[in-house]
Amino acid sequence: MTELTTLGVKAIRDGVRAGDFTAREVAESFNSAVAAAAELNAFIVTTPDHALAAADAADSARADGKDMGPMAGVPIGMKDLFATHGVQTTAASHILEGFKPQYESTVSQNLWDAGAGMLGKLNLDQFAMGSSNETSYFGNVSSPWRKEGTNKPMSPGGSSGGSSSAVAARIAPAATGTDTGGSIRQPAAFAGICGIKPTYGRCSRWGVVAFASSLDQAGPMARSVEDCAIMLGAMAGFDPKDATSLQMDVPDWESALSADLKGKKVGIPKEYRMEGTDQAILDSWDQGKAWLKDAGAEIVDISLPHTKYALPAYYIIAPAEASSNLARYDGVRYGLRDLPEGAGLQDMYAETRAAGFGDEVKRRILIGTYVLSAGFYDAYYNQAQKVRALVARDFEQAWAQCDVILAPTTPTASFPLGSLENDPLTMYLNDVFAVPASLAGLPAMSVPATLNEDGLPLGLQLVGKPFDEQMVLNAGLAIQQRSGFDHAPEKWW
Amino acid sequence: MSVDKQTVAKIASLARIKMGDDELENLVPELNNILEWVEQLGEVDVEGVEPMSAVIPNTLRLRDDVVDADPKTAGGRREDVLANAPAAEHGFFGVPKVIE
Repeated sequence: MTELTTLGVKAIRDGVRAGDFTAREVAESFNSAVAAAAELNAFIVTTPDHALAAADAADSARADGKDMGPMAGVPIGMKDLFATHGVQTTAASHILEGFKPQYESTVSQNLWDAGAGMLGKLNLDQFAMGSSNETSYFGNVSSPWRKEGTNKPMSPGGSSGGSSSAVAARIAPAATGTDTGGSIRQPAAFAGICGIKPTYGRCSRWGVVAFASSLDQAGPMARSVEDCAIMLGAMAGFDPKDATSLQMDVPDWESALSADLKGKKVGIPKEYRMEGTDQAILDSWDQGKAWLKDAGAEIVDISLPHTKYALPAYYIIAPAEASSNLARYDGVRYGLRDLPEGAGLQDMYAETRAAGFGDEVKRRILIGTYVLSAGFYDAYYNQAQKVRALVARDFEQAWAQCDVILAPTTPTASFPLGSLENDPLTMYLNDVFAVPASLAGLPAMSVPATLNEDGLPLGLQLVGKPFDEQMVLNAGLAIQQRSGFDHAPEKWW
Repeated sequence: MSVDKQTVAKIASLARIKMGDDELENLVPELNNILEWVEQLGEVDVEGVEPMSAVIPNTLRLRDDVVDADPKTAGGRREDVLANAPAAEHGFFGVPKVIE
């Protein structure tokens, strides 16, 4: 029998439906794989019983001839940014350690309703702030990948680094991620897997620990485009509890998948050819163009003139929203409280937040507080929101010339953990290609292209029009079929 | 624009994060590097451009004017609301004395 942990979402779903194996066997295999992979530090808590209960429900639904959900029998990893009823939810921060939500996030509930089960809560950068998974209070996550010939632990990317590590290591067939400025796509690229951030508003933010509300968007991470299409369909949908939720039907992305791109135009933005980008990344970009051309698409050169300003605008807007969102952690209603003997209320706030937040979180709260403060609001925040409008306008104009945009996901492959520790700006540059689509709220996906000369994965990014996840998935599928990428990291854990 | 130690101390106090001298000293160059880098936004011609207020055109909905329409966000859940409080007493959140 096939090793069940090598299977993805579609293969598990179809195999359980066909009776090739039981959902319980699948859940047990993945539970064991998770337990044996503690060295990756991908999970903050594991929930084997949750996975088994969902599996048993799927098996009995099949035995009773009942309808099976689109994720029935598939155990997944849940990024620890989604509130899960009765299961510790921390955002990888000390300030939320021990927090057990009394409610379930809409996205996770949608997945359970679709028949999925939970293997555990996945590690991440603290409050999703980071691009390397080194800011978690619960320790760094290791990528399962290593540079050929070395044993140095490598970054799985961030912030959804527990998700990317677990999926690449085959200890979860798929995982949820969230993307504020690249936090699904960059780790997917680093780990040689797929990840899609849908149009802003497709997935409800209700019950997702907030970082920057105008940017935060959930999406699936898995090993194939088909798996992403299935899981995104299960996660998305209108939710009256989120004021920015899109009141639109969720298309059947899976059944409309087609790698035939005849009559479609793929835009190549010249501004993404940036200094400091690895030659291997530029080569893979050229390769991607050839693949899409082979799928029938026409390649056109386009211009997104404000690209270079997207990242600095992001590093004003996201910290500004974070400083406001994170004001809720005050030691009163939930989470940590640090109350020194004889201290008053104000001291309690300041002590609690000093003890509870990590350095990167504090740095961003301070930047956000500064750019929103009296006298600086116009110069920083308003200017950034105007630049953001221009970044979005660039894309609108590009859609007159093309149907989807192809670009690299990141300027480099993964790097060793610790190598950028004292250099926040260089770390921020990891997301230079990912952030523009975030600012414009557009659907965007990373798919693996190839391995570089060090044996590390490189990803290609596809950006689509608002609400056109289908085009993004279709172009991703065309690349997947031509790259034939099925590399797995060699097991060392 | 750049910040000095006194400004960082002021921001930290506004953000209600207690910081020691060393921490403030370290943050001055870190924040200045970031602020210097975002200064480049000043080069962009934004004449006549409205700051973005909604990323995807959407209208704000009104829900039906019904009490407790959605039980998940409705009232009557005091136990749930207090379940994670570090100090809940007599059905209330407990905080240090605020009135002398």
